[in-house]
Amino acid sequence: MEVRKPVIKSIPYDEFKDNETLEKLTKELQDGGANVIVGSLDQVVNWGRSNSLWSLTFATSCCGIEFMAVGCARYDFARFGFEVCRNSPRQADLIMCAGTITNKMAPVFKRLYDQMADPKYVIAVGGCAISGGPFKTSYHVVNGIDEIVPVDVYIPGCPPRPEAMLYGMMQLQRKIKVEKFFGGANHKEHKPIVVNGVETYEK
Amino acid sequence: MKLENKIFELKNFASEMAKLKSEKHFDFLVTIVGEDFGEEGLGCIYILENTKTNERISIKAVDSNRENAYIPTVSNLWKGAEILEREVYDLFGIKFLGNKDMRRLYLRSDFNGYPFRKDYDLSPENNKYTLEDDVEPDYTIEYTMDEEGHIQQIEHKLFTDDDYVINIGPQHPATHGVLRLQTILDGEVIRKIYPHCGYIHRGIEKMCEDYTYPQTLALTDRMDYLSAMMNRHALCSVIEDAMGVELSDRIHYIRTIMDELQRIDSHLLFYSCCAQDLGALTAFIFGMRDREEVLNVMEETTGGRLIQNYYRIGGCQADIDTNFVKDVKKFCEYLKPKFKEYNDIFTGNVILHNRFQGVGILSKENAISYGCTGGTGRAAGWNNDVRKNHPYDMYDKVDFQEITYNNGDCFDRYMVRMKEMEQSIHIIEQLIDNIPEGDFYIKQKPIIRVPEGQWYTSVEGSRGEIGVYLDSKGDKTPYRLKFRPMGLPLVSAMDEILRGEKIADLISVGATLDYVIPDIDR
Amino acid sequence: MFDFSIVTTWFDSLLRNTLGFGDFLSILIECVIVGVLILTVYALLAIALIFMERKVCAYFQCRLGPMRVGPWGIFQVFADVVKMLIKEIFFVDKADKLLYIVAPFLVIIGSVGAFSFMTWNKGASILDFNVGIFLLTAISSLGVIGIFLAGWGSNNKYSVISAMRGAVQMISYEMSLCLCLITAVELTGTMQLSGIVESQADGWLIFKGHIPAIIAFLVFLVAGNAEANRGPFDLAEAESELTAGYHTEYSGMGFGFFYLAEYLNMFIIAGIASTVFLGGWMPLHISGLDGFNAVMDYIPGIVWFLGKAFLIVWILLWIKWTFPRLRIDQILNLEWKYLMPLSLLNLVLMTIIVAFGWHF
Repeated sequence: MEVRKPVIKSIPYDEFKDNETLEKLTKELQDGGANVIVGSLDQVVNWGRSNSLWSLTFATSCCGIEFMAVGCARYDFARFGFEVCRNSPRQADLIMCAGTITNKMAPVFKRLYDQMADPKYVIAVGGCAISGGPFKTSYHVVNGIDEIVPVDVYIPGCPPRPEAMLYGMMQLQRKIKVEKFFGGANHKEHKPIVVNGVETYEK
Repeated sequence: MKLENKIFELKNFASEMAKLKSEKHFDFLVTIVGEDFGEEGLGCIYILENTKTNERISIKAVDSNRENAYIPTVSNLWKGAEILEREVYDLFGIKFLGNKDMRRLYLRSDFNGYPFRKDYDLSPENNKYTLEDDVEPDYTIEYTMDEEGHIQQIEHKLFTDDDYVINIGPQHPATHGVLRLQTILDGEVIRKIYPHCGYIHRGIEKMCEDYTYPQTLALTDRMDYLSAMMNRHALCSVIEDAMGVELSDRIHYIRTIMDELQRIDSHLLFYSCCAQDLGALTAFIFGMRDREEVLNVMEETTGGRLIQNYYRIGGCQADIDTNFVKDVKKFCEYLKPKFKEYNDIFTGNVILHNRFQGVGILSKENAISYGCTGGTGRAAGWNNDVRKNHPYDMYDKVDFQEITYNNGDCFDRYMVRMKEMEQSIHIIEQLIDNIPEGDFYIKQKPIIRVPEGQWYTSVEGSRGEIGVYLDSKGDKTPYRLKFRPMGLPLVSAMDEILRGEKIADLISVGATLDYVIPDIDR
Repeated sequence: MFDFSIVTTWFDSLLRNTLGFGDFLSILIECVIVGVLILTVYALLAIALIFMERKVCAYFQCRLGPMRVGPWGIFQVFADVVKMLIKEIFFVDKADKLLYIVAPFLVIIGSVGAFSFMTWNKGASILDFNVGIFLLTAISSLGVIGIFLAGWGSNNKYSVISAMRGAVQMISYEMSLCLCLITAVELTGTMQLSGIVESQADGWLIFKGHIPAIIAFLVFLVAGNAEANRGPFDLAEAESELTAGYHTEYSGMGFGFFYLAEYLNMFIIAGIASTVFLGGWMPLHISGLDGFNAVMDYIPGIVWFLGKAFLIVWILLWIKWTFPRLRIDQILNLEWKYLMPLSLLNLVLMTIIVAFGWHF
């Protein structure tokens, strides 16, 4: 069965970067073959999920202002369905970590992630969230949130332009569209490993 | 300005400082700079200002005992000193005798060591983060010295068992960032607030000690990202002041105009966030829409919307764009009718008047005592505009008004910023047509060394006075670089402003005090 | 005017006479069908309202709103519903399980109960008691209990504060709400909803009762807004104050119930306002212009009703997205010091007018 390609309105499939990761993911998930009925139900559910990602209002520093600008009249992520920003982690699907995470903030962030209801996604926005950014050599900054939570999409930039953030959100939509819902595991849920007494996820 | 430090002995320190305040009328404590003076010991430099004559002096106090450094407190003279001394304790380990609240400010309470000391180990193994929650003690310690010179510790309890304590933050609807306010409530009425900072403490000042002077400029935009130009301006000014660089007129004009554009950007965001916090989301979107116009103008020249990276030591990175003058004039014409629109949709609203008027009063004496500069201080009636008191660039040559009000409530703080936007446009219009020809960058040596000494320069940022203290030993990296946070005095004043008000007022006051958390935590 | 009771009597006779079902069975089948119909219309109306809000607020704010999911974004809310159905449902550890689970159901029951009183067309109303208005306000009060239990049962300090605010506000504003409705009942002479609509055949109440009816209508809109926790009175779930308020700890369908109930409550307020004050399904009749009246009668009643209700919903949305929020003590001030005395005076005024016959 051929690999199903996720469709984003008005942007051709080949114009997206990093199609290889997506195809590898799809092959992993579709390995055992897919039942037609279950497959179509999956598509309906994935359509619903990818078009209605509610993000948690979580912004620590400068990237947060660009996040607000994406939501405002000029760039408007409401067109994609993302406008509802819930304040409670239990009702949000997506945490866009915009800004630096410091050592003091790390337990708070992990707790927020744990409180979210499945299925949940994480986008690392900006250099600080991806790897520590300009503050990598500091004594109080976590070098990338993927040491704490599993990240789905990385949006580089300092701060990333609003167009880049919209592109990152569309990449997440594509990733959701190839997931399975009925009959099978999805994210091969990584168990955290303990390194030096600290729980981390394999990169 | 170059600092000529008066050194006070620790024995008479408290009485000498009291004399300075009462007799010489130095009622504004600008900042307390903690510093590791090497063999001399650990100490602080206090910068004071006389609000009537705008004269500034600096005092140095050093304790040679590095293991147990004690300096008498000045928090009984200047209320803002309490939180500034906590910061110095947190980063250097100097304990202040008589300060009722000697807890750490930015770092976790189980943090080992004092990071800004020169002998602190910065390697990654020593600075691992943990995912365990921080167990905070619910008492504070006050250190006092009795007659024989022995140190006593008194414990003050923070909460009683009956208190209803809620945490507002650190994750709270975006805008203001990650600040945690531990609030003791009595129904809807606030009894006390304990602010906990440090959730975005990135150690910028410590990182700058390893960077060369041009490299230190890179991080300034990320501190208070809404006064990005002013932050960098302050740091460039202090280095240029120390090196004695003469700037051309063109550079002065460009810097003034860019600063004012940044100020309009910041005040538009203030307006939008006020509206958002109060629930009027349409006004929020309108303000942000107009902010995009400012960003367009700045982006044409600097390339950045939020992080501008425009000034450097000796001038600017690049000359202004050829369309800059035309675009700025078009923008000024675009923005002027918008003020009427803001008045109609938000300012004139009766609900807003009920939410803001008479709420969150900060009196002038308290504003000066806490050191709340910027719009907050001006709303209380204190003339603290650095552009008028210690003019720099073109500010003494243009005509603009310093906006002050008298009541010090939320509505006045809000109106100050709305009127300041109009003044900024006025300043820009006076300057934009007359930018002289000249160099936009005075060439410097490839390796910049600053002569030995201590300097302090301040600039009027969007939310107050941004000052930079530079201590140089003649190297190519600074020995100590400190940024005066605009927001820290505001956060420390919140407790006093909000006693007896309601939770909804906490939101109004937080919105109008207009602090930005990365500026507080640095 | 098309009378829907033709359809209902036909269906009833189909069951009883043609198919020969006995009394019990035919009533049972009718009730089940009506129940399913109510829930379907409830859900569809909620979806339409949520979409309307997103688009209307976007247009107020110079932006576009949902555009990509289906042409002009019309399938956006369906995507939201699908997503909400598959979210993980939590049970908070130390929460009071019974209260935590029961609370969303109470809110929905109150809402659906009030919804069933609406009169959609001539002969098309589901619940039509002779004490209609009275029972309607009684059933809609169940929502208050639901909110309060949600806040208390979540074991979360924020939720408790917001639940208390919400409960106090809703209980206070019910007073003005009921007083306004009683003012209208005085003029119509009956509490039965279909009777109220019938009595407006020669002119809507807002024209017949002139001054006191207009005052009652405006006060009703303000009080109804507060009752539905919308607009400038949404302090209970004030997004920028106490995170998500009383429904912080709910996810998935539990949260979905609160979400839907909020929009439907707004619609119910609009529906009651248009039924009582603006004539419900009664077309606009101007006495004396018979030709005009005949043309108006061609437009079916349900179009009139929905048109009026959505017009009021649009006004409420406009108010919500323009004004900032009031503080809780200001909200209570407004009610007890201003709206309540005003409604009482209005009631007296209306009594005088009815007694002397000074109405149209």
